[in-house]
Amino acid sequence: MDIEALKAKAKQLRIDSLKLTNQAGSGHPGGSLSAADILTALYYRQMKYDASNPQWAERDRFILSKGHCTPLLYSVFADVGYFPKEELATYRKIGRLTGHPNPKLPGVEIATGSLGQGLSVGHGMALAARLDGKDYRVYVLLGDGELNEGSVWEAAMSAAHFKSDNLIAIVDNNKVAQDSITAELKGVEPLGRKFESFGWHAIRIDGHDMAAILNALEEAAKAKGKPTAIIADTIKGKGVSFMEGQPKWHGKAPDAEQLKKAIAEIENG
Amino acid sequence: MAKAATRDGYGSGLVKVGSNKNVVVLDAGVSDSTRTNKFQEKYPERFFNMGISEQDMVGTAAGLAKCGKIVFATSFAEFLMGRTQDHQLVSVAYSESNVKLIATHTGLAVGEDGPTAQAQNDVGMARAMPTMIVVEPADAVEAEKVVEFLVSHKGPAYVRLGRPEVETIYDDSYAFELGQATKLMDGNAAAIIASGIMVQESLKAAEMLKQENTEVAVINMSSIKPIDKEAIRQAAQTGTIIACQDHNIYGGLGSAVAEVIAAESLNCRFGIVGIKDQFAESGSQEELFKKYGMDAEAIANAVRKAVSG
Repeated sequence: MDIEALKAKAKQLRIDSLKLTNQAGSGHPGGSLSAADILTALYYRQMKYDASNPQWAERDRFILSKGHCTPLLYSVFADVGYFPKEELATYRKIGRLTGHPNPKLPGVEIATGSLGQGLSVGHGMALAARLDGKDYRVYVLLGDGELNEGSVWEAAMSAAHFKSDNLIAIVDNNKVAQDSITAELKGVEPLGRKFESFGWHAIRIDGHDMAAILNALEEAAKAKGKPTAIIADTIKGKGVSFMEGQPKWHGKAPDAEQLKKAIAEIENG
Repeated sequence: MAKAATRDGYGSGLVKVGSNKNVVVLDAGVSDSTRTNKFQEKYPERFFNMGISEQDMVGTAAGLAKCGKIVFATSFAEFLMGRTQDHQLVSVAYSESNVKLIATHTGLAVGEDGPTAQAQNDVGMARAMPTMIVVEPADAVEAEKVVEFLVSHKGPAYVRLGRPEVETIYDDSYAFELGQATKLMDGNAAAIIASGIMVQESLKAAEMLKQENTEVAVINMSSIKPIDKEAIRQAAQTGTIIACQDHNIYGGLGSAVAEVIAAESLNCRFGIVGIKDQFAESGSQEELFKKYGMDAEAIANAVRKAVSG
């Protein structure tokens, strides 16, 4: 997919994410909108996987460590064919499209939803690749608020210690958590220097610049002897004026009127 | 009688199953105490010491398991269970990862290190996690057999091991079976159901009672979850069940036995010998067991009281 097509895809996924939360009457739109460009780059360009064979041993692994952003993840999964699009109607209802990723759903590598666990799990998968002589990579998407969890930094120490260069952490640095902006809740900056001091290769980019995301993923793929952290500066609620930067849109669904306005803004954005 | 700690049986069991290339062992910086260093010596490429970061160890174990590995993640019980319970719940239990959580240094038997190392609520926490099986071997032979069993059992497991040497009860002909208790002594006056180091104490208690012409059955309930309900039904026929555990009286083996007695309306007297919902102190295992009412004498007293009551 070329860059223009990827940009269009990201717009579509943003709209799909908002429709899902509206339909369910709950969910997490803000962080889904901030991560949409990153997931588009991963699933429509960078990662090798086969949605018709989710357990393909050579696949790249993706872990949504910020597990609440299922509106986006499931929109991607339905679009690439992990499950039928009609099933999206069951989002957050009885069935397998749980509010946070459920390991029984094809495409989900591990359950998430309690923050701070995904990077360790991803590192375990990276170590397994080494043991098995496989060349797949493991991508872990974290939120900046999630970096308050100490276990993230345990994992960061481990991945550097074991020189796991097939592990790539992407921080969706949207700067807003549930309660407040992250800097007020408990500041996490300077992120690049933090990861570097933990022994990682760090790249800082505009997380809504598709070309920059693709370049960073390419650079990470060439890393030797150390894991890579991509600090993607993003905007929570990106593309919808009344959601952007607003903590209250972390975990609240838009009503019909708000959805209509949001879709119009994304389409014209 | 020969003596060895269950953690020793774990170490030798790991070396035995190490020929299986999918077996991977993790530790959190205490490998000489947990005996995972035995595996490390033989299979260094499949041993990862994750340092003093138990949460990271459990997550890493889950990731390895999701790529086909059979992972033994090991630390002291207080640090493994107490510190990482949420990681176990989400990344291991809910995700049905093939991770074996191996907790050494449990209960008052830890001794001199005191209450911060004397894990006493771990079985309760492990038992309350769906998909998790819970096993506490009685001796080093059983611990080794449990390791062999776990390699063939696909899914999450919590195994509780001890620090001190205990008397060896089984020989190599013993075969561990999940959900299957073993009767070590026969008797009709009462039945003692125990796990871990308390099996040794229960056998001593039964010998003491025998001198008084009170013949009690002693049952090793190493498989705490799933539990052997049939063995409990049969034990209830003696009229008295005493459950013995080196664990808080809330949430451990005793609670698991009581659940069966209540659910099936079994008609018997019932008592629990265990840590009485309190923090202990430093001391030798023998001193602590005596002071806190968990030695053979205390078990015998519990039986005497129940039988005469």
